[in-house]
Amino acid sequence: MQNILLSIDAGMVDWSRAQFALTAIYHWLFVPLTLGLAVIMGIAETCYYRTKKPFWKDTAKFWQKLFGVNFAMGVATGIILEFEFGTNWSNYSWFVGDIFGAPLAVEGIVAFFMESTFVAVMFFGWKKVSAGFHLAATWLTGLGATISAWWILVANAWMQYPVGCEFNPDTMRNEMVSFAEVALSPFAIDKFCHTVISAWIIGAVFVAAVCCWYLLKGREQKLAVESLKIAGIVGLVASFGAALTGHQSAARVAEVQPMKLAAMEALYNGGTDQSLTGIALINPFEQPDYEQEAEAPMKIAVPYALSILATNDPHGYVAGINDILNGYTKPDGTVELPIDEKIARGKKAIEALAAYRQAKFASSDDGSIAAAHLKVLQENMPYFGYGYIRDKSEVVPFVPINFYAFRVMVGVGCLLILFFIVVLFFLYKKDITAAPKWLYWSAIVMMPLAYIASESGWLVAEFGRQPWTIQDMLPTWASVSNLQSSSVIVTFFIFLVLFTTMLAVEINILLKQIKKGPEL
Amino acid sequence: MTYEFLQQYWWFLVSLLGALLVFLLFVQGANSLVGSLGGDAEGRRVVINSTGRKWEFTFTTLVTFGGAFFASFPLFYSTSFGGAYWLWMIILFSFVLQAVSYEFQNKLGNLLGAKTFQTFLVLNGILGPLLLGGAVATFFEGSNFIVEKDNLTGMQPVISQWANASHGLDALLNPWVLVFGFAVFFLARILGTLYIINNVCDEDIRARARTRLLGSTIAFLILFVAYLVHLLLKDGYAYDPVTGIISIEPYKYLNNFLEMWYLLALLLIGVVLVLYGIIRQGLNVKCKMVNGIWFTGIGTVLTVLALLLCAGWNNTAYYPSTADLQSSLTIANSCSSEFTLTTMTYVSLLIPIVLAYIVVAWRKIDSKKLDKEEIKHDEAY
Repeated sequence: MQNILLSIDAGMVDWSRAQFALTAIYHWLFVPLTLGLAVIMGIAETCYYRTKKPFWKDTAKFWQKLFGVNFAMGVATGIILEFEFGTNWSNYSWFVGDIFGAPLAVEGIVAFFMESTFVAVMFFGWKKVSAGFHLAATWLTGLGATISAWWILVANAWMQYPVGCEFNPDTMRNEMVSFAEVALSPFAIDKFCHTVISAWIIGAVFVAAVCCWYLLKGREQKLAVESLKIAGIVGLVASFGAALTGHQSAARVAEVQPMKLAAMEALYNGGTDQSLTGIALINPFEQPDYEQEAEAPMKIAVPYALSILATNDPHGYVAGINDILNGYTKPDGTVELPIDEKIARGKKAIEALAAYRQAKFASSDDGSIAAAHLKVLQENMPYFGYGYIRDKSEVVPFVPINFYAFRVMVGVGCLLILFFIVVLFFLYKKDITAAPKWLYWSAIVMMPLAYIASESGWLVAEFGRQPWTIQDMLPTWASVSNLQSSSVIVTFFIFLVLFTTMLAVEINILLKQIKKGPEL
Repeated sequence: MTYEFLQQYWWFLVSLLGALLVFLLFVQGANSLVGSLGGDAEGRRVVINSTGRKWEFTFTTLVTFGGAFFASFPLFYSTSFGGAYWLWMIILFSFVLQAVSYEFQNKLGNLLGAKTFQTFLVLNGILGPLLLGGAVATFFEGSNFIVEKDNLTGMQPVISQWANASHGLDALLNPWVLVFGFAVFFLARILGTLYIINNVCDEDIRARARTRLLGSTIAFLILFVAYLVHLLLKDGYAYDPVTGIISIEPYKYLNNFLEMWYLLALLLIGVVLVLYGIIRQGLNVKCKMVNGIWFTGIGTVLTVLALLLCAGWNNTAYYPSTADLQSSLTIANSCSSEFTLTTMTYVSLLIPIVLAYIVVAWRKIDSKKLDKEEIKHDEAY
């Protein structure tokens, strides 16, 4: 076991990670706008259905046009993501495909067909179906996208917190034992709520930015004001919702992924009464020396806030990186073993598995030898994934990216709450059409910031899980396909050029459509 | 439900999705002929808008086909996608280009120009059916891979790998793979022309479609009959259901059709319907009858379904390995656990509901045939 994984091309693992990250980051540029705009255009069309005023029809159609341009890119990048699990992460696909494949199949059957069927009715059916049918199609398009988000987030949540499965040494894979545990995992519920609500914010900010641009230019004022009312309310409710669900998510991370939380906080040495770091001076390009440093330099922190965030108790215990590496005892008395011990047990599990397989297929064994190896395997199975770890430092995610991405997400999130409060204030207490120009400009500036915050959230979620593809079960270098790195490098750059070109096209089309305005 | 039943059932569902996907390739077939069907710029736009109202179905079926395969036969997903990397990547690239091209092509500010996006559609129209057909042909012709599950405990933990450096492109060196790939390509063109005749209310476009229908039919028949004869005469990959040992069996696929007479019947009915739809449409030049697509479409689904079921049922290895016989994938050694298949079987009960609302939406959208006036005055790509 000393030389395990020597034949895996380290560059290929990194390029496979880079390619998946690239696809996921691009995909997430389009999906939140789809989810968010779906709500806003649905509300606009509902207003049309109720009032029968042509203005609302034009408004709904205008947002639907922008939705359509964006939707295509979400679909295009989405197909790549699904198939990349097979093309670049084939070992993963076998090792946990019995569990992971199910949500993807359900997503296809239940969500994608709903989306794709009704989106065509929404775009081309204005004169072909009744107003009620069309309204239903519009909402069903959004519902399909949201259900799709549910299932893919179930799959992602399972990678963060694998439940409802057990390892089968005869088939050499993990197998599902409870669909309910997988589909209704508390981690999945938190993730879904936080992600979808944050997508509504993106939709609201996008609409707010477009409307404020119109107000800045002094045109399309009615559309701008009425749409802003919808966006302002959706945005504010969603921003508070994101804060609430974000807190829930952080508490869940503290419970099941303490290393991720420690990296997010650059918390080297934990304990009770932990303060939440507002900002600290961490070199963004280097892993900090967490073993030697007591805490991150120039740290400005809010007392007790981290303990509250993680445990809902100002005196709650939060583990730091060194605690996790060296082992610690949880407040409930559970002992978390040192990582070196987990690695040793993981190797023992892998060796027991190999011996079990050998004994099982040997004609000389009456079953007793295989049974003995199986017992050792089962005793050490919770640490199986650690058997692929070479050094304990490998289980520490890259701290700077987690630390800064988390702060960007939270900081912009707070700013968004303030922004929507100000917008609603001007809408309902003042005249928004005569608002100072800085308000309009702030809406335009908030849009890229909201995207950066949203992507930052995913950076925390995914970088914080490193080195694991599935938390504590399978590291990235044991999940890959057996390819040459040159192949993955070529496809990486093809995707980079393709997606970047298409993004440029989309942005340009959106800008032209916005400039053109609604067709009245 | 026994485990064996679930394996057969899920192979049936995956095969049905595959068969529906081949039918829905009419989108690609018509797009590959967009220049000659459309005639001028206005006509091309009509053709593209006609397929543009359905492309999402093809795309979604492809994605669901992948998802269903992943859930039910994860070892195939792992082995084929991770091994035949380049073959699948080229297919994916072409579908990515297609996905954006409809929406972007005629939009102001699309940077690359309408012609570029139309070229992407043509590219997808050619590569999609050809390579998907080629990928299906490997179910009979075999692929160059090795599966070794014990690798998980060894120096190199990846359990499946391609046995050569081409990562799937080697399949295109097999002439029979190409024959089948081109047969699917021309079938997609047949379906595409029949769909356009059905969906577009423009006599010039319909007339051009009828002309293309003849050429595509001749090419398809030659290639399809050649492959069918080859398939029935070739050795196949059988497995022992008790030991799981895989062996070569002479005339395996012929034996499969003889032992599973209902598949033979399905195949024959499918082929007859394909031909009936073409002939009915082709001979009725002045007739208002435009429903050839439905006969040929249903025939296509039945034919492809019969072929795919023949590849996996009756103790046949559906993804044979030419590098190591015992690495070949069967529905028994590559499927999900009994629990997962049972769970997914309950989920599959939703499929009729999905099909029902697709039919309703399809009929609503197609309630009026597409013409140039609609393109000018209504929502259009």
